[in-house]
Amino acid sequence: MAETAEKEQKKYTAKDFQSDQDVRWCPGCGDYSILAQAQRVFPDIGVEKKDIVWVSGIGCSSRFPYYMDTYGLHGIHGRAPIIASGVKMARPDLSVWVATGDGDLLSIGGNHFIHACRRNIDIKILLFNNQIYGLTKGQYSPTSEFGKITKSTPWGSIDYPFNPVALALGAECTFVARTIDRDPKHLQTMIKAASEHTGTAFIEIYQNCNVFNDGAFFHLTEKGKKENNVVVLEHGKPLIFGADNDKGIRLEGFTPKVVDISNGEFSRDDLLVHNENNKDDVLAYIFSRMTYDPDLPTPIGVFRKINKPTYDSEMQKQIHTSIEKRGKGDLDELFNKGETWVVK
Amino acid sequence: MDNNNSTQDKKTLTLEDVVIHFAGDSGDGMQLTGSQFTTSSAIAGNDLNTFPDFPAEIRAPAGTTYGVSGFQIHFGSRKIHTPGDTSDVLVAMNPAALRVNLKHLRDGGTIIVNNQGFTPKNLKLAGYEKNPLDDDSLSNYQIHRVDISKLTANALEDLNLGSKIVDRCKNFFALGLMYWMYNRPIEPTLSWIKVKFKNKPELIEANTRALKAGLHYGDITEIFTTRYEVRPAKLTPGAYRNITGNTALALGLVAAAQKSDLELFLGAYPITPASDVLHELSQFKNFNVKTFQAEDEIAAVSAAIGASYAGGLGITATSGPGMALKMEAIGLAVMIELPLVIANIQRGGPSTGLPTKTEQADLFQAMFGRNSEAPLCVLAASTPNDCFIMAYEAVRIAVKYMTPVILLSDGYIANGAEPWRIPKASDLEKIDIKFPTNPENFLPYKRDEKTLARPWAIPGTPNMQHRVGGLEKEDKTGNISYDADNHQKMVDYRTEKIERIANDIPDAVVHGDIEGELLVVGWGSTHGAITSAIERLRLNGKSVSHVHLRYLNPLPKNLGEIMYNFKNILVPELNKGQLSTILRSKYLVPAIGYNKVQGLPFKAAELENKIEEILRG
Ligand code: SF4
Repeated sequence: MAETAEKEQKKYTAKDFQSDQDVRWCPGCGDYSILAQAQRVFPDIGVEKKDIVWVSGIGCSSRFPYYMDTYGLHGIHGRAPIIASGVKMARPDLSVWVATGDGDLLSIGGNHFIHACRRNIDIKILLFNNQIYGLTKGQYSPTSEFGKITKSTPWGSIDYPFNPVALALGAECTFVARTIDRDPKHLQTMIKAASEHTGTAFIEIYQNCNVFNDGAFFHLTEKGKKENNVVVLEHGKPLIFGADNDKGIRLEGFTPKVVDISNGEFSRDDLLVHNENNKDDVLAYIFSRMTYDPDLPTPIGVFRKINKPTYDSEMQKQIHTSIEKRGKGDLDELFNKGETWVVK
Repeated sequence: MDNNNSTQDKKTLTLEDVVIHFAGDSGDGMQLTGSQFTTSSAIAGNDLNTFPDFPAEIRAPAGTTYGVSGFQIHFGSRKIHTPGDTSDVLVAMNPAALRVNLKHLRDGGTIIVNNQGFTPKNLKLAGYEKNPLDDDSLSNYQIHRVDISKLTANALEDLNLGSKIVDRCKNFFALGLMYWMYNRPIEPTLSWIKVKFKNKPELIEANTRALKAGLHYGDITEIFTTRYEVRPAKLTPGAYRNITGNTALALGLVAAAQKSDLELFLGAYPITPASDVLHELSQFKNFNVKTFQAEDEIAAVSAAIGASYAGGLGITATSGPGMALKMEAIGLAVMIELPLVIANIQRGGPSTGLPTKTEQADLFQAMFGRNSEAPLCVLAASTPNDCFIMAYEAVRIAVKYMTPVILLSDGYIANGAEPWRIPKASDLEKIDIKFPTNPENFLPYKRDEKTLARPWAIPGTPNMQHRVGGLEKEDKTGNISYDADNHQKMVDYRTEKIERIANDIPDAVVHGDIEGELLVVGWGSTHGAITSAIERLRLNGKSVSHVHLRYLNPLPKNLGEIMYNFKNILVPELNKGQLSTILRSKYLVPAIGYNKVQGLPFKAAELENKIEEILRG
């Protein structure tokens, strides 16, 4: 036993998190990168493999648990956040992660997602957002853009998409971040940051489905484009972007505007400075609304990270208090509660 | 004792059993009156059975028929199986209560009314054009008009209480009168009043006075010439308390969790008539019971599955529409072979149906309600007491066979109450749980040779990381497999695992002779009515017997054998013939259904008539 414990404590490598299962995503799928980054970060999150549980729903992304050498539960469509919540409530000592997709989390599972957020239960949700249904071969999803032509919408989709970050913020999620499959360093940083958060952590990961929605995020990932289309949110830093770091975001009223900081008209001091710990959500929400604005860059990074007591710890607290007050439950006492009488 | 000073000219008759129905407006305190009468009768040594009849509306307007709240108690010196087909006495606080309950009063029965409740306004609200007490429309009954409100007010006159408070005490006057009539001890109620109104001495005085005023009134008034005695029943010695099915079910689950050293996790969404299971379990936090009010029914069961995966005792409780929502998740639990207890407190359906009424129409749903071949264990509680036993069984089977277990109860036994002989915790059989810890040769789907259960390896165990999920599993390894032969094998395993539970459950027991003219096969809450009917028929020399099934999947191994020894098989159910269909197809017996779907339980008399009709041929 002692030997085993010793082995567990030795420093893991990414390889330790690879399971014996063949990975079966389409070659070139963005999911590979997410898996690789997770396997790279997990040795550093300070949790033993035996104490990690990955839970998923249905969809391409939901195969994820099979490939991580941790405990894993591949659930049913849409229910990953609530199955994971059950795991966490029963066993607050475990580190519980959810791998899910845009259809899984935001369509069939939307209810469980918002309720997990509002409860602030200590689970980490990784949304692989490829803006399409991959596993069912190419229907539009709740994050597909208006007008999207797919097999199920030959005339174009007439659904407006969800903005997952705005949705999570609105549902009072305490950790909300966005990252991109093709930015491995940033992706790793976000996974690590989520692991360090106590409470519901939500990461929207833009993921390329090269089979059914190839290039959906190329404007955010390809050289020559991404520089002007992505702004990285960093705590305590002004919002600067552009190939030469020559542009910034300034607030005019409640409206974010792109300004040039290279021609002397505006300086860094005029720009919005990000504070991810802001309890007042207004700025985080404004950033989230930049997402679909063609005149503004798409923010990635941590939108919000605040602390408040988690559902699982509050649940545990009530149990402790109850035991303290009433003593450990005694079945005979319980059976004999209320009016009793004796038949001789 | 006050109630022993009865005047000489009143005679006392001894009765074997009596059914009283207390009815009034929702605000008249009839549930309280009923439960006090119940306690007093229990202490007097009677066996009994009670049923509350709440209005479906939360706050129905006063005086209306749909605002009537009732409580029926059946008590006797013999074994009492049901709250009674019809009542012997109806206590009606207003015209609406009379109107609603008259049809359940037996011919020649007694009506006691609160005279002051029969105002022109209340008569109109109840739909009476003129006061039925004044004409001969009630000549079939013995009517006693009592000035309950007025006499209560007189008794409290010098206390200077507001008229509202005084009016609220009238139910205790009625209770006192019934105590006199049936010779019940008043002490339990007196001490209850003292505890209840601990900080309100004026209410202690008021309610005590009202109770005693009712008692004395019975004594002095000339209206009542007879009082009754119902002698103690022969009950198994021991300590007792009164218990409803839902409370018993909750206690059974807690007991099983304690005896298995598991932490109980209940995921639930409020639904009538199952919410009381959630309410009860929410109180037991010091038993390490975790209760979770989920965002919906699907979430409730999914969280329970997550808890079971993590090594907790995952439980969910619901009713029919909630069951429908949970089914996909239950299928997942079948596939990943985790223990899970699903309590379905059935109600009238389909769809929203009759939420406050009883029915047994979810048996097919429990058996076959999932996609594909998804067998699981189905149990059914037959009485409020049995809810405790079967909840305990459900847990035992779920953890031993790594399977979901559906426990069927229904609104009738969930809310109905009867005395419960309190078990000793130390007498309850221990439930052994073994979480494997040896990683050598560990395979998540390597089955136990005897039970075919897979090992319950839980997160936190070193070097046993593994993945389970809803995709078909490869035998032993649990890896995803689409192989044809493997699928056949796994479907067969899952089926056989449930079948093997039959080796681990008690044989069905025949009440009556083991062969004869007719066997009644029942399940669930019809137990009381069937037992009453069979007892009476057998006293009259009829060749009838009764088997009551508590294990519905798998069925007891000896059931076929039993049935083949009878000429006729009658299956009474509060549905369109679900168990009878199963029995006919499984045993090829000519089972006859007797089916009622009115949201109401069977009456013993209905069953007797049906059985006699069959016996006549
Ligand atoms: S369909 Fe798209 S998302 Fe799914 S595995 Fe293939 S590339 Fe990846």
